[in-house]
Amino acid sequence: MTLLKVENLTKRFGGLVANDDVSMYVERGEIVGLIGPNGAGKSTFFSTVSGYYRPDGGKVYFDGEDITGLPTEKVCLRGMTRTFQIVKPFSDMTVLENVMVGAFARSARVSEVRDRALEVLEFVGLADRRDFPAAGLTIANKKRLELARALATEPKLLMLDEVMAGLTPRETQEAVELIHRIHERGITLFIVEHVMEVIMPISDRVYVLDGGRKIAEGPPQEIAENEEVIKAYLGERYHAARG
Amino acid sequence: MAAVNTVEILVQTAVSGLLWGFIFALISVGLTVIFGVMDIVNFAHGDFLMVSMYGAFVLYSFWGLDPLLSLPLVVAFMFGVGVLTYRLLISRVLDAPMLAQIFATFGLLVFLRGAAHLIFHADYQSIKNPILSGSFELFGVTMSVPQVVAAVGAMVITGLVYWFIMKTETGWALQAVAEDKEAASLMGIDSEWMYSLAWGLGSACVAIAGVLLSNFYYIFPEVGVMFGLIAYVAVALGGFGSVTGALVAGVIIGVAEVLGGFLIGPEYKYVIVFLIYLAVVVLRPKGLMGKA
Amino acid sequence: MLHEVEVLRRFAPPRLGRFVVPALLLLLILFPFVVNAAFYVHLMILVFLFAYLGQAWNILGGYTGQVSLGHAVFLGLGAYTSTLLFEWYGVSPWIGMIAGGLVAMAFGLIIGLPTFRLQGHYFAIATIAVGESVLALFNSWDLVGGASGIYRTIVPESWWAMQFHSSKDPYYFIALGLVVTIFTVTRLIERSRLGYYFRAIKEDPDAAKSLGIDTTRYKLYSMMISAFFTGLAGTLYVQYLLFIDPEMVFLLMLSIQICLVPVLGGVGTLWGPAVGAAILIPISEFTRGYLGGSAAGLDLVVYGALIMLVAAYKPAGIMGLLRKAS
Ligand SMILES: Nc1ncnc2c1ncn2[C@@H]1O[C@H](COP(=O)(O)OP(=O)(O)OP(=O)(O)O)[C@@H](O)[C@H]1O
Ligand SMILES: [Mg+2]
Repeated sequence: MTLLKVENLTKRFGGLVANDDVSMYVERGEIVGLIGPNGAGKSTFFSTVSGYYRPDGGKVYFDGEDITGLPTEKVCLRGMTRTFQIVKPFSDMTVLENVMVGAFARSARVSEVRDRALEVLEFVGLADRRDFPAAGLTIANKKRLELARALATEPKLLMLDEVMAGLTPRETQEAVELIHRIHERGITLFIVEHVMEVIMPISDRVYVLDGGRKIAEGPPQEIAENEEVIKAYLGERYHAARG
Repeated sequence: MAAVNTVEILVQTAVSGLLWGFIFALISVGLTVIFGVMDIVNFAHGDFLMVSMYGAFVLYSFWGLDPLLSLPLVVAFMFGVGVLTYRLLISRVLDAPMLAQIFATFGLLVFLRGAAHLIFHADYQSIKNPILSGSFELFGVTMSVPQVVAAVGAMVITGLVYWFIMKTETGWALQAVAEDKEAASLMGIDSEWMYSLAWGLGSACVAIAGVLLSNFYYIFPEVGVMFGLIAYVAVALGGFGSVTGALVAGVIIGVAEVLGGFLIGPEYKYVIVFLIYLAVVVLRPKGLMGKA
Repeated sequence: MLHEVEVLRRFAPPRLGRFVVPALLLLLILFPFVVNAAFYVHLMILVFLFAYLGQAWNILGGYTGQVSLGHAVFLGLGAYTSTLLFEWYGVSPWIGMIAGGLVAMAFGLIIGLPTFRLQGHYFAIATIAVGESVLALFNSWDLVGGASGIYRTIVPESWWAMQFHSSKDPYYFIALGLVVTIFTVTRLIERSRLGYYFRAIKEDPDAAKSLGIDTTRYKLYSMMISAFFTGLAGTLYVQYLLFIDPEMVFLLMLSIQICLVPVLGGVGTLWGPAVGAAILIPISEFTRGYLGGSAAGLDLVVYGALIMLVAAYKPAGIMGLLRKAS
């Protein structure tokens, strides 16, 4: 059954078309990857789908209902939560309080929310940091906190924007394991990742964006051999080498 | 006969509103330059105007220097005040939460207003017999010389600021810093210097307006309140950071305020300005010429 | 890993504890019986009033991060409402107090509804504009006394009329009651979903939205609470002075004092406004006594310098210093 269905989504910033007529879907229980070179429009796509931006065209259906143009907070309450590529911790609040803010989406009872938040912290491995201010965490732990907070809202669909960027190989490995454990809990995952090597092994299907357009979709092995995808990424390396 | 009179008065009022509008525009340009470059609202902007007016007043009363002659002195002084404000105060709150940013310049407002009370007391002062005085008649409309000169001066300066930002190399550097500080620094632009310049420039604009205003307007510690408020509204209406927007908005507000004050009553001036602000915020929060 | 643990300082807010608060409260209740000097009772009433107003501001400005630079408007509206209800219809100030709070709250909605969808400075500018507009309107509104204000009709002292002439003590206890109320309310908010949401909105509105918080709605809640309680105090203010005019309640000066109290003490902390008022009010009263009217403006100069210093160097205020030390 389809959990998320995006039809012909377009998002412009002034003259720049950041998402151009993009269609995607996510089945319940899947892990779907979204890749593409820098500036391809991945984050914009997440922001528009989750209601942070209003689309300039197209439709978004979630859980069988049209949620196009619904504000982020309402989308979250319906069961779709996203994380931010540039982490946004509530810096002056403790780790536990950060996660409690997420858990309050489902209950107003403080004791219940606290228990739920502690459980999530245990799950992601931040329990020993719970009384520290979020501002002092390492970048890896900030990303984990971002994830924990989103998880505490009890989403059906969790959209992760580059939660593994900038991590050491070991931290990346831990993050991959965490993603698997989240998936085992029955949460559907939609993951933006810049580095192909990380996302390919864990995804059921992969979409590729380049210059705001969808240029490929399919199982990871197919994508890895796709001419256009290779060209898009090679192009990036070519530019990077010159720039 | 009465009808003719009303029309005449209306035209007279509209012209007066227009003249005021250009002065509002210049004050607003000063505010919008600072905001455009660094995303910080200077809540003490109206009080910079007040300080400039007292500057002209002091130079006049102690050394008999006419505002026309003291203009460069006051402008240079206020440029320095702007730069110092950035260096000593604003640079410390650049990355601070909005709360600290608002309080930094609000504290400056309180400080300057208190200092004016302390030094000059609450009395209304004015510069008597400046070179620019008197009035003349054009197409049956009476206009005061200093007010016309102020309006023309404001127009010219606004044009110069626009030219400076759009057409000179330094102006481009300012825009680059406003766009993306990191990218600009990669291109070798010193953002500290650009921020200082923005504060100096913004304060110099308001200083010119203040000195020209001192030719024909009362000087008192709270004189900046109304002008500051109008500048915030004009900047919001024109679009935060847009020089041309500030110009157009200043003129619109000038006409609306003077006409409205005439038709409804002067005590509603603030209310009119506030209602314009609310309308902008609700209908077009990006302003007339704001970028997305 | 260990390194990180070492670097992080533990969050240890100074615990005023189970005993300190009741003991303090007891001392404050006994104070007017022990200290008979009217001046000190007067001083305490002012400290209470500003701790109260500072806390009401703090709910909106400190916890939720929406800086109001015209909070005196709410106080003034509350004061005028209960005054007019009493003078025109003989309504008890106790009822006028609630009515005044509601009027202030409604007014808060008018400012908040359009501006809260946008960034913080839109709201701050609106609060300045509102302050000036209301001052100008009341100054020329003859029905409510215009610029010359309203002298309250003096009636024999009674709790019903909230007028006391033989002693200031009843005012002292009303003020104390208000302080206890607002600190309790703030404590309750702090520990509820409301408080968590307020702080989340202040820290990062985008992240807050992504976690299901309707930021505009919660800012409005915060505004309504803050404005309502600020409006309540208007009644005490006018009953205590038995006179009201626009300059007294709508001048920027009062708004400055209201926000300076928590800014100095520590914004967004429960005890910040209490500490701020306890320091600021005595200093300003004593210096006013010494300097008289000769140095009008000096207080503004000092306040302005304090606000700038705190903003640029110690945004956490005195409570921030205490927290560091403990
Ligand atoms: N708020 C915005 N305003 C204007 N342009 C924007 C905005 N956000 C993104 N863009 C532009 O839209 C394009 C797509 O950006 P986006 O952040 O979605 O790319 P991305 O695929 O997430 O890249 P990355 O891998 O660097 O995260 C870029 O050219 C970017 O500059
Ligand atoms: Mg991105």
